[in-house]
Amino acid sequence: MTDFLGIYFPEFFYVLCGLVCFLTAFRARKNDSARVGTMLFWTLTGIIFAFGKLLPSAMVGGMLVVMGCLTVTRQVKMGKFKESTLQFRKISSEKIGTKIFVPAVAVGLIALILSFVKYDVVKDGVAVPTALNGAIMTGVACVIALILGIVICKPQMSETREDTSRLLMQVGAACLLPQLLGALGSVFSEAGVGEVISGMISAVVPRGNIVIGVIVYVAGMVVFTMIMGNAFAAFTVITAGIGVPFVIAQGGNPAVIGVLGMTAGYCGTLMTPMAANFNIVPCAVLETKDPKWSVIRAQVPMALIMIVVHVILMLVLGF
Amino acid sequence: MEYVKLVGILIIVLGFALKLDVLAVVLVAGIVTGLAAGLDFVHILEIIGESFVNNRLMSIFLIMFPVIAIIERYGMKERAAYLIGKIKNASAGKVLSIWMIVRSIASALNIRVGGHVQFIRPLILPMTSAAAEASKGGKLSEKEEEKVKGLSAATENFGNFFAQNCFPASASVVLIQSGLAVAGYDVTLSDIASSAVYVMVISVILTIIQVLWFDRKVKGGKKS
Repeated sequence: MTDFLGIYFPEFFYVLCGLVCFLTAFRARKNDSARVGTMLFWTLTGIIFAFGKLLPSAMVGGMLVVMGCLTVTRQVKMGKFKESTLQFRKISSEKIGTKIFVPAVAVGLIALILSFVKYDVVKDGVAVPTALNGAIMTGVACVIALILGIVICKPQMSETREDTSRLLMQVGAACLLPQLLGALGSVFSEAGVGEVISGMISAVVPRGNIVIGVIVYVAGMVVFTMIMGNAFAAFTVITAGIGVPFVIAQGGNPAVIGVLGMTAGYCGTLMTPMAANFNIVPCAVLETKDPKWSVIRAQVPMALIMIVVHVILMLVLGF
Repeated sequence: MEYVKLVGILIIVLGFALKLDVLAVVLVAGIVTGLAAGLDFVHILEIIGESFVNNRLMSIFLIMFPVIAIIERYGMKERAAYLIGKIKNASAGKVLSIWMIVRSIASALNIRVGGHVQFIRPLILPMTSAAAEASKGGKLSEKEEEKVKGLSAATENFGNFFAQNCFPASASVVLIQSGLAVAGYDVTLSDIASSAVYVMVISVILTIIQVLWFDRKVKGGKKS
């Protein structure tokens, strides 16, 4: 049972994600241009989703390189689709009424309920209550929502297939960026990029001044998070390299400094295209005109003010 | 020559600035950094492939696309606009303020309510843009439309980020604890979580100011 919930059941939902990609690859045969490249791109994506765990890692890496070659030579393109007319949507929204919200609300509600489910994992002979895998929560919720959607709207299957492919082609290669940047982070940490940077900073900054220490720690978290796209990776490196020697060792409260260091990193997350899942994918999902900067632009004022707030809070609460 | 390892960062910065193909830029940055650090090519592919597969959860939202496909075709956005239109004095800022409060509380309690695909596209954005149109008394300009999208996505991030550390067992709080423990400082999870409340409160207030400010601009835009 433990293996099933922890390992096999999540894979089922990744296979479903793979199916969405295969569907899109199949639809790409109707593309006006870049037919072969687009089909190949989405087929490879689908294979990595559905069977990623079974394939050798180096092969997945190689497939990603092929996909990168396809996008850089502009061989992955959006097809032409017939969208539903405003008139059709108006009429059906009047016919179906507020019930149309049921599937969308169900996604949140079911995921919420499932997040309270715990099951025992036996670790070293002791049963540890464990939350369900995130893929199970989202996956179960979406499958049920899909069934509800079909019951409530009674859509034609061909329409839903078309619309699904259109949505995925619209998001395009951006949907792979978060995972790929995560992979880049892994290469960075294996190569020791973080140590080089924190070594550079600590060689320049003078010790013994609390205000300078706090400012450098906050700035270091912001900048390094912007580079890595991930505050978690930055936290480990910058806290050990700067936070501890320059701030906490001078009498700062470790709990306060630590948590503020982390959220200072989040201010960096708000401003960097490297945090693709938070900043770039939403642009594609919401179909903004500017495919990269619309979300970041709305976040920069908040981030800058919060950086100042962090410096002040660290000095006031931390000492 | 330790600094050679930083070449990947340079590639990323240049690649993003010159608007080159992002997938290729990231791959090249990873491979070049690995080579600069003396890793062999196959091992680099292994690291990239393994990490990519382990991070599939980040893209699990693909599974939601068929649901969105159905509800959008059958008039979800139109219905949201109709319902918001019935509320007197609705505005984008008010919708987003309420969402920010709900999202922050959910995040602080580690409740899974949120997500750009799950919540913003199907629910929050249609309500926000309908409310903005209601308060403006007409269609939004392209610029305003873009702003509404940006703010809706941003509010999701603000609530998610700045409130999550209030939950003592969240991944980030656990990471903070272990990071401090490595350095020789033992603190409890609840010490860390209770220190996170200030940031959450300030972020909610700032967000509300930002979105209500946008309301004023939308209403002002009517006159011109």
